[in-house]
Amino acid sequence: MNRFLAILSIYFLAGHLQAQVTFTRLLNSAKEPQNWLTYSGDYAGLRFSRLDQINTGNVQSLVAKWVFQSAAAGKFETTPLAVDGVLYGTAPDNRAFALDARTGRPIWLYQRQLPSDIRPCCGRVNRGLAILGGKVFMGTLDAHVIALDTETGNVIWDVPSVDYTQGYSFTLAPLAVKNLIMVGASGGEYGIRGFIDAYDAESGQRKWRFYTVPGPGEPGNDTWEGDSWKIGGAPAWITGVYDPVSNQLFWPTGNPSPSNRGAGRAGSNLYSNSLLALNADTGKLNWYFQFTKHDEHDWDATQVPIMIDSGGKHLIAQANRNGFFYVLDRTTGKLLSATPYGKVTWSDSKDAEGRPVANKESSPTLEGRVVCPGALGKTNWMSPTFSPRTGLFYVGAREQCDIFSTAPQPYEAGHAYYGSAYFPADETEPYWGAVRAIDPSNGQMKWEFRHVSPSWSGVLSTAGGLVFTGDAEGNFTALDAASGKALWHFQTGAAVYASPMAFALDGKEYVAIAAGNSLYVFGLPK
Amino acid sequence: MLKRTLPFAIALVLMSTAAHTRQAGSQSAGGANAAKAGEFEFRINCAFCHGLGARGGGRGPDLTRARKRHANSDAELFRVISNGIPGTAMPANGTNGQGVGMTDEEIWQLVAYICSVEVKAPVVPAGNAAHGKELFFGDGNCAGCHMVQGKGGRLGPDLTGVAGTRTIEAITDSVRNPSRRLAQGLMEATKEFAQEYETVTVVTSDGTEIKGTTLNEDDFSVQVVDQSDRLHLFEKDKLRSFTKSRNSLMPPYKTSLLSDQDLQDIIAYLISVAQ
Repeated sequence: MNRFLAILSIYFLAGHLQAQVTFTRLLNSAKEPQNWLTYSGDYAGLRFSRLDQINTGNVQSLVAKWVFQSAAAGKFETTPLAVDGVLYGTAPDNRAFALDARTGRPIWLYQRQLPSDIRPCCGRVNRGLAILGGKVFMGTLDAHVIALDTETGNVIWDVPSVDYTQGYSFTLAPLAVKNLIMVGASGGEYGIRGFIDAYDAESGQRKWRFYTVPGPGEPGNDTWEGDSWKIGGAPAWITGVYDPVSNQLFWPTGNPSPSNRGAGRAGSNLYSNSLLALNADTGKLNWYFQFTKHDEHDWDATQVPIMIDSGGKHLIAQANRNGFFYVLDRTTGKLLSATPYGKVTWSDSKDAEGRPVANKESSPTLEGRVVCPGALGKTNWMSPTFSPRTGLFYVGAREQCDIFSTAPQPYEAGHAYYGSAYFPADETEPYWGAVRAIDPSNGQMKWEFRHVSPSWSGVLSTAGGLVFTGDAEGNFTALDAASGKALWHFQTGAAVYASPMAFALDGKEYVAIAAGNSLYVFGLPK
Repeated sequence: MLKRTLPFAIALVLMSTAAHTRQAGSQSAGGANAAKAGEFEFRINCAFCHGLGARGGGRGPDLTRARKRHANSDAELFRVISNGIPGTAMPANGTNGQGVGMTDEEIWQLVAYICSVEVKAPVVPAGNAAHGKELFFGDGNCAGCHMVQGKGGRLGPDLTGVAGTRTIEAITDSVRNPSRRLAQGLMEATKEFAQEYETVTVVTSDGTEIKGTTLNEDDFSVQVVDQSDRLHLFEKDKLRSFTKSRNSLMPPYKTSLLSDQDLQDIIAYLISVAQ
């Protein structure tokens, strides 16, 4: 190699490396608000953008800048990452894409060849990517973890995690921490045994696995009746958060299997519906908190928890699917408060720790019983947000009560295993939804913005004093973060099943949301 | 981790006059074990709309009737469950957010279950359909708000196919107690919860009050059909007021207003047009 070429290659290599996302950049994501480097925008799970160019004073003039159509059928649940002018996202059927953030034109497109017998419960969905170094990472519907080249979309490594024919899949956006890529299993409808995995980002080698259902001899195995732990569920299908100070992951888990039948799995069924504090290097459990013991209503705790530091306290807050807003001390896992944030009928008392306890009338029967929240929960996987500016926690809430029914069902590997059914309770109030602002210091609702029907959209808060959300009728809406007043909306033409994000390029702020099969990007007029 | 966004409806709209051509001892659908397995599938995937035991729910037809509008053989049942029914809330297997749906084997089990719960006796209307038609378009005042075969109003639901999807008891209850369960609208059939015929009262910016039913609504707009059957398209923030009510605009037809015999005649007419 001549000297000129050597210098040139060093130049390009240096330039290339400079653009790469390192762990240090992920740790300091607040210093580059123009980028969106993790699923929730930062390690704390805030889904808060420090950009303030779009604000309460000018959001009324927001316009669509471009639209990317994924060409995929099914729910488009992605939160794209934004890295130095490129958006990286996923679409149904394990598509992935890199887009020019200025124009929406694709730089590369990827689609995985999936086997015909995959069994994802709730759509061939995917919620996004993690990025580290020169790779983006995706969990697949056939339960592989793959690394793609950020520049080409080429597969760098492809690692099978578990046998997908038993009902396992991945739908979450992975989380990159240090040199590891974390994922959690989906499959709570199939009698899986849930887990959280960590893979070496360079090689794809699995470094640790934490089973969310303890095996024989492990603490917590005695919370399962007989062999029910083997098919106990407790999936971990939403992206957790990371606390660099304690080097802990806080990862939520889902329902015990079968979801709506407690008979046959007597006990509290650890660690279903829990928040797990895991050592990020080893996957070792430091503490856990179980939100719903011995769940019979499919109330996964798979909602992004948010780390909040307030008055010297290190907290973690979650608006849970069971209808309570929980605040824990994240150093110890001790429960500090649990307050309903909507209509709840399943609990009217608390245990000594302050944890809501299920009443007997809420337990499903063969013919069914009306319980609130309904089967889809007070909220679900759509992301909440916390704004350090307002000090408020915002969540999309669903007001829906359902009739819960249960029936014995034999387990058959790879087949749906619910032990249940649910129905609309026709003579109760019709379903509706709302974005609610909760004060974490007391759990009280500051305001709500009503939707005519329950929404599947997450929420984004910004330093511009805004909260963005979507709805089932296709609106993408900006609310005043202080009052909940709607300041702007845009009809996307299809229901929103995603959580918004924001980024900036050329000094201009943009807000993005997936709706229908399209990714919409909005900005201020020129 | 259930996060289903649509109930797995199986809108096998009933009331066909076609002969029931189920193949006796069908290889794929046969057997008590298959029917038992199909019951689990039914509870998970179908009962949300069609009710426990397939007897019909708030949204989907009673499937225990032997005569079904869209499926009169095992093969047709399989096809309808697989492909859905265009123009209805019945989705194709695997297209409703419920993952990849059922396997072929599971659908055959479902077919076996549906066959196992069928009640072979046909629905026999007790009334006089010809008189019912006269009432519907005349003294009964039904057609002012309801359409049948393209004739009538649109303030309330189109009743052309209602006798194919609702039991006689449910229709009777809707006439006697119309507010007890408002009807599902036709808009956005694939949305999780379709629009209902709720009563809405708006006052426009110039002070005009308009009362009607909602045809379609989102957070910022509403479409209202008024009592003269006119359609109004409103942006909510331009209205002086906007109020919704669960009290149906339809008056309760007590026996003093409509005798049991006249109601039976109207239902007989609805059954005759649904066939």
